[in-house]
Amino acid sequence: MNELATLTKEVKEPVSERLDVEAVRKEFPILKREVHGKPLVYLDSAATSQKPLEVIETLNHFYRTTNANIHRGIYLISEEATALYEGARKKVARFLGARSWREVIFTRSATEAINLVAYAWGRENVKAGDVILLTEMEHHSNLIPWQLLAKEKEARLEFIRFDNEGHLQLEDLDTYLKEKVKIVALTQMSNVLGTINPVKEITKRAHDAGAVVLVDGAQSVPHMRVNVQEIGCDFLAFSGHKMCGPSGIGGLYGRKEILEKMNPFLGGGEMILEVTLRDARWNELPYKFEAGTQSIADGIGLGKAVDFLNRIGLDAICEHERELVEYAMNRLNEVEGVKIYGPHDEERGSALAITLEGVHPHDLASLLDAEGIAVRAGHHCTMPLHQKLEVPATTRASFYLYNTKEEVDKLVEGLRKSKELFGI
Amino acid sequence: MDDTYRENILDHYRHPRNYGSIENPDIAQEEDNPLCGDRIQMNIRLNDGVVKEVRFKGEGCAISLASASILTEMIHGKSLEELKALGKDEILKALGITLSPTRLKCGLLSLKVFQAGAYDLEGWPGEEDEEEW
Repeated sequence: MNELATLTKEVKEPVSERLDVEAVRKEFPILKREVHGKPLVYLDSAATSQKPLEVIETLNHFYRTTNANIHRGIYLISEEATALYEGARKKVARFLGARSWREVIFTRSATEAINLVAYAWGRENVKAGDVILLTEMEHHSNLIPWQLLAKEKEARLEFIRFDNEGHLQLEDLDTYLKEKVKIVALTQMSNVLGTINPVKEITKRAHDAGAVVLVDGAQSVPHMRVNVQEIGCDFLAFSGHKMCGPSGIGGLYGRKEILEKMNPFLGGGEMILEVTLRDARWNELPYKFEAGTQSIADGIGLGKAVDFLNRIGLDAICEHERELVEYAMNRLNEVEGVKIYGPHDEERGSALAITLEGVHPHDLASLLDAEGIAVRAGHHCTMPLHQKLEVPATTRASFYLYNTKEEVDKLVEGLRKSKELFGI
Repeated sequence: MDDTYRENILDHYRHPRNYGSIENPDIAQEEDNPLCGDRIQMNIRLNDGVVKEVRFKGEGCAISLASASILTEMIHGKSLEELKALGKDEILKALGITLSPTRLKCGLLSLKVFQAGAYDLEGWPGEEDEEEW
């Protein structure tokens, strides 16, 4: 098989039902690294995931052998680059359960995908007095674009609240759906609380009330099986770099019927069919929304990341993380002064935000860093959520397929050391 | 040099068959390929639903014009139903070359014009859609 064919070849079935974490770790070169003289314990995958060797090699190989601009080049390497890029799109489309590759638009990030909808769909469809319904747990990327739209259109922003366990209070959904809700935009998995929201149920209720639904899949798509047709949503935004892909690539799934009616987002090359000085005709899907030279290598790298995840298997990854989070919650509860936010039941994602009484989250993160442990401290781009929790910041550990129980033990040990240092 | 520009293609490009237009044609159709600027127009006169006379005019690359020229020879004497049934594989076979994805649109532009004309745009199923997967 030639190299191009190797890169284009698609992996659809996992190699085994259970995840062999030691074997998986060997595929991530960075995990061999030491920091501050200690082995790296990487617990910040909700911010960005590490990259398996095959994704890194794909980028390298592309730039070494096939680099060319796509779609218009009438020469071999451009046609190869196009085939790789469009092949990656098809892999992503199948991974998400889309009906057609035309329903997947590549963007720089999930953030850009949501902005695309808020701009291109929102400007045409949201009018003064309409309701844009979000939740209190949204990442700023699924909040600020709607604030901008609401201010421009004099629309109303409303929010579904969450309870003490971090679960959405769905009675709010029903209350607001009696009004003029145009769109419900919500995350499938909270990047702080780890809550998994019932997006299928919410989509059904929203559709019954005539509202459009956007799901922010930045946290869910890397960690669990997500099928857009099963959810029934109109849009789903996702991020490449959180699912073992390169940074600089993400995307938007959109139902073909709704995308076809939308105006473009960014104007420029490739998104047009015909241009005169004063007018233009738009290109077909998905190119209508892909102005300018795309992040070609990163798109191809994302296709490889999808192969990687398919090979390990989303179900195996999900089960591995479930066991890990359960173990982490039990171990963290042993440490006095630790408070865990979000659901305490089994049905949760692998983002675990905590506070440690007497130690500020930033200090805690620094002390853990000295132990080689990478966690995140701050508001994690969810300031309103933290206002509701009445804490200025939390420390967040988040897990992925390469994390181990031993690493959880090191985290717990790090917390104990921090307490000692602060004399608590 | 590239196999794409074999003698047959160049001959049709240099000496296009059935070039020109027909006064008061029964079918007149024009389509373009905006990405590269190719444009092809065709006129057909019918007799009992059969192509009696066909002419084409246009501007474009050797591939798109040769393909149009070859197509006029293929459809002469054919019924509208036969014209509607023409597929892209038959054109490509008649061209006798393999086209890369970017050049495929050039090779198939004339088919698009002739089919749209045959259907008179009403009930035209459109271009053969690429596979969704």
